[in-house]
Amino acid sequence: MPIIEAKDLSKVFGKNSKQALKLLDEGLTKEDILKETGSTVGVNRASFAVEPGEIFVIMGLSGSGKSTLVRLINRLIEPTEGSILVDGQDLARMDKKQLRQIRREKLSMVFQRFALFPNRTVLQNAEYGLEIQDVPKEERSKKAKEALEMVGLGGYLDQKPDQLSGGMQQRVGLARALANDPEVLLMDEAFSALDPLIRKDMQDELIDLQSTMKKTIIFITHDLDEALRIGDRIALMKDGSVVQIGTPEEILVNPANDYVEKFVEDVDRSKILTAGHIMKRPETVNIEKHGPRVALERMREEGLSSILVVDAKRNLKGYVTADDASEAKKKDVRDLHEILRTDITKVEKDTAMHDIFTIINGSPIPVAVVENERLVGIIVRGAVIAALAGDSEVNIENV
Amino acid sequence: MFNTLKEWFTEGIPLAEGTEAFVDWVKETFSFIFNPIKEHFGTFMEWVSEDILMVIPPFILILVLAIIAFFVSGKRWGITAFTLIGLWLIHNQGYWEQLMSTITLVLLASILSVIIGVPIGILMSKSKTAEAIIKPILDFMQTMPAFVYLIPAVAFFGIGMVPGVFASLIFATPPTVRFTNLGIRQVSKELVEASEAFGSTGAQKLFKVELPMAKATIMAGINQTIMLSLSMVVIASMIGAPGLGREVLSSLQRSNVGTGFVAGIGIVILAIIMDRITQSMNSKQNN
Repeated sequence: MPIIEAKDLSKVFGKNSKQALKLLDEGLTKEDILKETGSTVGVNRASFAVEPGEIFVIMGLSGSGKSTLVRLINRLIEPTEGSILVDGQDLARMDKKQLRQIRREKLSMVFQRFALFPNRTVLQNAEYGLEIQDVPKEERSKKAKEALEMVGLGGYLDQKPDQLSGGMQQRVGLARALANDPEVLLMDEAFSALDPLIRKDMQDELIDLQSTMKKTIIFITHDLDEALRIGDRIALMKDGSVVQIGTPEEILVNPANDYVEKFVEDVDRSKILTAGHIMKRPETVNIEKHGPRVALERMREEGLSSILVVDAKRNLKGYVTADDASEAKKKDVRDLHEILRTDITKVEKDTAMHDIFTIINGSPIPVAVVENERLVGIIVRGAVIAALAGDSEVNIENV
Repeated sequence: MFNTLKEWFTEGIPLAEGTEAFVDWVKETFSFIFNPIKEHFGTFMEWVSEDILMVIPPFILILVLAIIAFFVSGKRWGITAFTLIGLWLIHNQGYWEQLMSTITLVLLASILSVIIGVPIGILMSKSKTAEAIIKPILDFMQTMPAFVYLIPAVAFFGIGMVPGVFASLIFATPPTVRFTNLGIRQVSKELVEASEAFGSTGAQKLFKVELPMAKATIMAGINQTIMLSLSMVVIASMIGAPGLGREVLSSLQRSNVGTGFVAGIGIVILAIIMDRITQSMNSKQNN
């Protein structure tokens, strides 16, 4: 069962919200509705389900409604319509007391500008969520300290937030959210205010924390690179609507519409695509069955100057060149072992493409793609360049 | 009905008469409130000034106030020396009793202003309707010439310290209300969201986040309130409030420049001490 599920969640800011929703149904755009009713559509019928333990990224440009959407999930903003199910309970129908209970126990939030309380020390900040639940002093300071240890700030307990750097402040924000031991972390552009190097560190740490703590994370960002880096699944938003939900690969390789495609164009594809995406089915000869004659024949058929050699289990042995094969044929050599060359370049299937790029530049023959020593494909130079150029012919069936 | 309207046009709307009737009505109807306040609060204020402040030997009190100034200002010698010399000068000029009356008046008026003003400010910050209603009332209170409140003050509370405090309250409470409202509204939206997102109740949000964040602004308002109630000292003396103000007033009536100046200096010294102390309380929190 999903831990968070949004069903037709909508938010219209302004007075004529019902009318605005009706006009949305009739297919009017956000701008038209603003002109007609004076209301702004924040989120338009967003539906998605977040499974326990996944990092679900909601991404979109500014004004796409992503920050509104995350605030609808913990009802910092009242939804106009639709429901938010947390563990199957509808948050939108709860009274204040039940809502507080859910916020205290299940949902914690990390903010873009950290939102630390400047009059409290680091420890007191991390304690806040427990303090308002009247957790006894000792217990809450123990839990808060644990959370601060976890983010690497165990030595800064008595500092005030403004004495810390941005990255450290956001760690405090993260510790404050973790101290409650929530089921779901809502992170609203949590790393956007940090400089790029620190942001990358924080992303790595978040992934580490996630793998040890198994929390569900809903992460808001406007940065597609960040989304692709940390997201198990990504929901792309535009004008308040969710336009595509999928794994990073699905979104990159199969953009649902022009908008997504445009978005994806700017991404450095070399960081995302792997050997598996761009490899082709290899032509091979079996060293146990075939001799130079068959090898030469296959190369002629396919117009190749070399061919990969495998054994019966498709373990990669090496390659033979056309020149060697015709020499051997003249000398009537029957065994491919005699002419087998083993100086072949191998990459694993999940090697990132920008690594392959440097490898293939120094290699005269196609690069072999292996998975546990078993040959699964080859990469020719043209395919790498085509993929970097955003060629949609990239073969995802291989993934 | 029509005749009344016609009369209003020809003879003028009887605003003055109406106000008088209203004040009389209030006085009669609420005398069960005003009379005990007049009696008990008056007695209480006399007790504070005559049986506490004036019983303490002046030099001990001067020393105590200087020490308070020293610690509250964050161990600054300037204000400490000023308190010591300034208060000594007032005593030296023979205005000690008047000073004690003035301090009682100003302190009680300020404390009451804060007790009344801060909650009203909080209410304003929480409700747009309350803000829309209260704001014009504050404007009215601050722009109406201070002498005008003296009339109902006397009507309700007779003469003496109590109507003086009442007039000061009306004149001096608005800054505390306004600054409290402003301070809370200025608390960053993310901080308020953070406190809500963790499941704070309204009261927890107010006391753990909003008021601590707004403290500096509220303190600036309280400082203004104290200064305004000091400026009411002379005006309040016109309805019999004792203290330095009364000396200024009687010097004016006798056209006696010297005593008027000395009593005036006494008020200035008190103002500077109170201002510096409340301001440094504020800046200390900011650091």
